[in-house]
Amino acid sequence: MLPKGRDIIDWLIQKYNVSEEESLHVGGMLVKYGYIYPLKEPRSLVLRPDESPYRFQVSRSSPIQYVYLDTIYLAKKNIRKQGELMEYEKERYSVLHKRINHTWDFVVMQAREQLRASKQRRKADRIVLECQEQAYWLINRPPPGVHNVLDVGLERPNNFSARVTLVSGFIAFIYFLFVKYSEQYLNHDPIMQGCLPSNPWISDDTAHWTMNADMVPTPTRLRVERWSFSFMELLEDSMGRREFMTYLEKEFSAENLCFWQACEDVRHGESSRIVEKVEDIYKNFLAPGAARWVNIDSKTMDKTLEGIRHPHRFVMDDAQMHIYFLMKKDSYPRYLKSDLYKNMLAKAIVPQETKKSVFPFMRRQRHSSPSPAQAATQAEDGQAKGAGQADIDRIFVITEINRRTQLRCLS
Amino acid sequence: VQRSPLIPEMATQEVQLNETLAHLKTESETLKSKLEEERAKLHDVELHQVAEKVEGLGQFVMKTRRTLKGHGNKVLCMDWCKDKRRIVSSSQDGKVIVWDAFTTNKEHAVTMPCTWVMACAYAPSGCAVACGGLDNKCSVYPLSLDKNENLAAKKKSVAMHTNYLSACSFTNSDMQILTSSGDGTCALWDVESGQLLQSFHGHAADVLCLDLAPSETGNTFVSGGCDKKANVWDMRSGQCIQSFETHESDINSVRYYPSGDAFASGSDDATCRLYDLRADREVAIYSKESIIFGVSSVDFSLSGRLLFGGYNDYTINVWDVLKGTRVSILFGHENRVSTLRVSPDGTAFSTGSWDHTLRVCDDCYFFIGIKYNQNLCTFNFTPCAPDKPPLSLTATHLPKYSNLKKHIYRST
Repeated sequence: MLPKGRDIIDWLIQKYNVSEEESLHVGGMLVKYGYIYPLKEPRSLVLRPDESPYRFQVSRSSPIQYVYLDTIYLAKKNIRKQGELMEYEKERYSVLHKRINHTWDFVVMQAREQLRASKQRRKADRIVLECQEQAYWLINRPPPGVHNVLDVGLERPNNFSARVTLVSGFIAFIYFLFVKYSEQYLNHDPIMQGCLPSNPWISDDTAHWTMNADMVPTPTRLRVERWSFSFMELLEDSMGRREFMTYLEKEFSAENLCFWQACEDVRHGESSRIVEKVEDIYKNFLAPGAARWVNIDSKTMDKTLEGIRHPHRFVMDDAQMHIYFLMKKDSYPRYLKSDLYKNMLAKAIVPQETKKSVFPFMRRQRHSSPSPAQAATQAEDGQAKGAGQADIDRIFVITEINRRTQLRCLS
Repeated sequence: VQRSPLIPEMATQEVQLNETLAHLKTESETLKSKLEEERAKLHDVELHQVAEKVEGLGQFVMKTRRTLKGHGNKVLCMDWCKDKRRIVSSSQDGKVIVWDAFTTNKEHAVTMPCTWVMACAYAPSGCAVACGGLDNKCSVYPLSLDKNENLAAKKKSVAMHTNYLSACSFTNSDMQILTSSGDGTCALWDVESGQLLQSFHGHAADVLCLDLAPSETGNTFVSGGCDKKANVWDMRSGQCIQSFETHESDINSVRYYPSGDAFASGSDDATCRLYDLRADREVAIYSKESIIFGVSSVDFSLSGRLLFGGYNDYTINVWDVLKGTRVSILFGHENRVSTLRVSPDGTAFSTGSWDHTLRVCDDCYFFIGIKYNQNLCTFNFTPCAPDKPPLSLTATHLPKYSNLKKHIYRST
């Protein structure tokens, strides 16, 4: 049973022991500020002392949540209206995009998910939620020309307490992402699923590490699969990065990755070499007619060139981010669909599971590895010595049992 | 003079008043808790509810694969090398040791000029280590392979705080170090020059731990302190961008979830908690009534499904991050577990303890086997507690083979 306007007024009269006039005033403020919203005529934020149905908004959020909710709402509208947002909404959308650029995927995912979920709702529920959202944003982001009830003068740290919000589905979606992440990485988690050919700490065989070293002629399948999980995974693997560079060279856009790497070098390198490195970057990538000129939007370019006059560690940040997202949105998805990647995946190794022995004293000799502290050439990992198998009469060799197997009855 | 007959009346009234007050108080308490209940209902679902359909993990059995002996006193901190097998560890007596944990060989040893070396870190290149403690500094030692060379000779003093160093970490390269201190601040330093690049103020008490975010923009880190707060910082501006305060005591350890969207914390209040950065709130608590000692350190398995916690009651508890349940408990250390890290490729985790040792652990399984002919063959598989063979090994379980000798085998 939805409370009607009349009910709310009566409740206020009783609760505060006030007259009808005062109750109408208080109730009106509650609607204006969004604590209660009308289901009929959602754009008209008044409390009618009649049979009109109203609903209560749900509780408050923090500033960070607010930013996300705002963005998700606009993203949804953008998708539904295929880009036909109002001018003030477009502006706001662009500001928000810059602000939470690094989690943009999450926003788009959430917007799509919410749109999909709303299609599956009952019509009545859908209408209620749409009214709720619409009313909320009408108050919290009034169109130009409309009085902003939430204007509290100068911004003070505790202003956000006045905001109410919709959190339905948002938190649940985040939990859903946790589940998805652990599912995606399950096979890559050695403690959960074991690793091939065997876990070095258990079998004393370092084959797993040898097969996954930086410089191998053929990588393992799991490793190549992982490059498709996210752009960051691809770039963090030196082999993945090399492969991606090869692909970009074919596309004549390798300068993007080179530029990104050079910027990383500035950000994380020695302070004393910053000036020199920034100069190099300018010469090679940014100067007009540069050999490997990168395509950055004019606003970012201007800002960067200005910053270069007084170089510091973070001077390339904006430009670097721009190129990073360019590669992520454009080259990376195409790389994953390319023959280069598909062939790599096809010829990748799936190591054979090592048949293990049961007894501790079957342990192999543990060979040391060259310390990273020395500039070493590849040292040979010695062959494991066969232990004295003859003395033991109860040797049986088993394959690694999937640790999630339940007790199997023999009969 | 007329007062005495009034006093009994007043007394009765007073009693009545007190009774009413008491009654109102209980009523208000009841209403309060009812309100909390209703508010809780308005909240979205819990993480474990969303994870209901996810397959349960069953019990894990953890086993120590390596024990590193060599420290003469409490081990306080450790860190893995990117090569997935080397470890640096530091202890109360000022010793810092670099081990090849795979062979258990010690490769380098340094004696610091101070005791209680609470922080140590391996450089990303594998060519240096950083450490510090009661000297209020963080020093970097390049690792030399010349056995005759004294590592201390090439020592570089990088960070200077006004109180003890609680944690340190290299950023993406050997060139910068992030530190946290008992002086309530964190700081970012340039290794080469020792220059302070940025300082982070906001904690109201000692900062005990920090962790760098694995995000693609690589610009944030989280810290935890004695003020029960976990703060997320922007490395570039020095601003605190998010803060979480739900623990009831000191936060001893913080660690990012592998995706970088969340982090876990371990506290003296005997709980581990998970905080999501997008939802901007705590999303799970990992606790049990039987666990009453503080958590000293936490880390995730590679997929983020498991959370390992080292506790002051000498144990390691392993939690299912999604379901909130404990999937394993590991005994073995003879004193507090002071530090815990999962190896870079997730193949094992290492713990350091006040019992002077470090251990590298993994999971394993036990099974019941039957000898049949000389080359045995079939196995029954059952998880059970370490060093405790399954009790009911009777014929009723294995009717077909009741006349054969049964043995209990354990995996290596």
